[in-house]
Amino acid sequence: MSGTVLPGPLHEAADELVQLVDHHGVRHPHDHYDDLVADVDGAALQKLYEDMVVVRRIDAEATALQRQGELALWPPLLGQEAAQIGSGRALRSDDFVFSSYRENAVAYCRGVDLADILRVWRGNASSGWDPYSINMATPQVIIGAQTLHATGYAMGIINDGADSAAVTYFGDGATSQGDVNEAMVFAASYQAPVIFFCQNNHWAISEPVGVQAHVPIARRAPGFGIPSVRVDGNDVLACLAVTREALARARSGGGPTFIEAVTYRMGPHTTADDPTRYRDANELEDWSARDPLARLATLLDSLGLLDATYSDAVRAKADAVAAELREGCLSMPEPAPSDVFRHVYSEPNSWLDRQQDHYERYLASFAQTSQEGSR
Amino acid sequence: MSTMTFGRAINAGLRRAMDDDPKVILMGEDIGKLGGVFRITDGLQKDFGAHRVLDSPLAEAAIMGTAVGMAYRGYRPVVEIQFDGFIYPAFDQIVCQVAKLHYRTQGAVKMPITIRVPFGGGIGSPEHHSESPEAYFTHTSGLRVVSVSNPQDAYTMIQQAIASDDPVLYFEPKRRYHVKGEVDEGAIPASSDMGTARVVARGTDVTLVTYGPLVPTARDAAIAASDDGISIEVIDLRSLAPIDFATVEASVRKTGRLVITHEAAQSGGLGAEIAASITERCFDYLEHAPVRVTGFDIPYPYSKLEFHHLPDLDRILDGVDRVLRRQNSLSGLEGQGAAQ
Repeated sequence: MSGTVLPGPLHEAADELVQLVDHHGVRHPHDHYDDLVADVDGAALQKLYEDMVVVRRIDAEATALQRQGELALWPPLLGQEAAQIGSGRALRSDDFVFSSYRENAVAYCRGVDLADILRVWRGNASSGWDPYSINMATPQVIIGAQTLHATGYAMGIINDGADSAAVTYFGDGATSQGDVNEAMVFAASYQAPVIFFCQNNHWAISEPVGVQAHVPIARRAPGFGIPSVRVDGNDVLACLAVTREALARARSGGGPTFIEAVTYRMGPHTTADDPTRYRDANELEDWSARDPLARLATLLDSLGLLDATYSDAVRAKADAVAAELREGCLSMPEPAPSDVFRHVYSEPNSWLDRQQDHYERYLASFAQTSQEGSR
Repeated sequence: MSTMTFGRAINAGLRRAMDDDPKVILMGEDIGKLGGVFRITDGLQKDFGAHRVLDSPLAEAAIMGTAVGMAYRGYRPVVEIQFDGFIYPAFDQIVCQVAKLHYRTQGAVKMPITIRVPFGGGIGSPEHHSESPEAYFTHTSGLRVVSVSNPQDAYTMIQQAIASDDPVLYFEPKRRYHVKGEVDEGAIPASSDMGTARVVARGTDVTLVTYGPLVPTARDAAIAASDDGISIEVIDLRSLAPIDFATVEASVRKTGRLVITHEAAQSGGLGAEIAASITERCFDYLEHAPVRVTGFDIPYPYSKLEFHHLPDLDRILDGVDRVLRRQNSLSGLEGQGAAQ
């Protein structure tokens, strides 16, 4: 691959918070990033808003399903819609995503079958979908491990001479992991077309971001030789812009980019968590004022793009998606007992085949006993 | 047929696999210009290019993690771990990712990764250069684990490991790298399967099971025992996960006595698994409890003491005497648990 690093303010501006729409819903011009979203007209803004409403609705429905006993657990993304939709909508279908377990909005952008998002959390499978069907790996639970997979995948892209990119999502907590730091070393050494998209949502379960980092997280990447940018993670337009820039750099042989999207986890870590034990209610109030959906709604309204017809249509879409999600959850087929042995290996394995054989005989022995009992 | 060293046989096998499949790539530390610290990849970067033989930054977890990404992309990475004791930073990626991705994705994502590990002691090295960590990996479902003991198997099995759609740990006994042997570089016969054990020497009195670096030692023990009229059947397991228990079981049904020897520490090791499995399968045929002759439950010792730790011909024969109830180092302790 050939090409040059795109000109940009990134090396010099790791502390600047890129913002195109402020939390009052006011659009501010930006010397560098306006060009990258010049094509985003009113209809495109409306679509971004619809996406965010829908994924927030998915999140609420899944939380309800957990409360109703239909899911064992759910990791809400409430508050992070703009970071995920803005970046997710920048991607091409042949790019490949390696995420953690909170990127359900990114999966939505990739076109996932809705019920597939829930399969893991309902306990019906170890993962929800075939990664190659939407070019997105299934959620990674080991914190930060996926950043290495994305980097390796991107090294493969170089070998193939392709112009796609790998994008990895992780949180502020993950930046303390060795894997994430090693991934940046490898990405820089091989100039791999990978984007490190860090959602700094301020909390790693109960630990505030200050436990992980004493400086803005985006400042770390330049030390690895990777350009970085801090973006307002609650500004969907800014997230779209910086991700587009990073993708352009990756596609043109410019190597990796690190994006720190500064956002906030408005809900618990998972439905099993209780943030009231460790977090000040005032903080949540502060961040509610910076809500990613509210500010875009205000902007749309100011542009005359939030009339009743549009609002009703968005609400109807969200309701329909939620209904589809619920139906998909409740009608999910139960796994068969012998599925416990499936896919451990792709080739026959004498140890496992023997255990499966013995277990099936064991299960069959009950069927026999009950037949005898019914005689 | 040509004569070559063990190390050269692995090199030839790698070269063949890379010739056959452009998706085969090598990753590891110092494997390019240097050819690896043991020269196993000698000349491969020169012939196949730096995009197929990657000198990786010095981070085992990242080598393994990026190999996972490469496999996602359709490549068949062959990772060299420089020394056995350096594999632990990569342990998380091996156990949580390499081993589980096929299961996690319900068969959608294959992990055809081969992890080459020079292992075992006997070369006078400092700490971390002489370990036998195979049992950590045989205990992890989703992995296949093999160990080679001679140049022909080294040549054949590296190609089979690379061709396998399942991840394979390929343990190379580094103290045997310079041993020479005949290698047939023709096509691999379909009947040859790295999953099967090989009977190295036929015998009728005792079954002696081992793998990797101790196979030549076990064969020497069988020759020495024959001077005393004892007939030992030596089995080279080759595959450590899964183990070809059918071959071991057939032998034990014939001999009634089982000795297992490996360099790795005893407790929780492969010897325990073999003893338990064979006892379950053919208890009624056993004339004596299985006996393990292994490394001790110690950190690998400094080199001037390593031959006290490593099983050798005499310690193996002492174990053979025990299963035969001949005079041995634990004679007199029968019935007190120690000799069982």
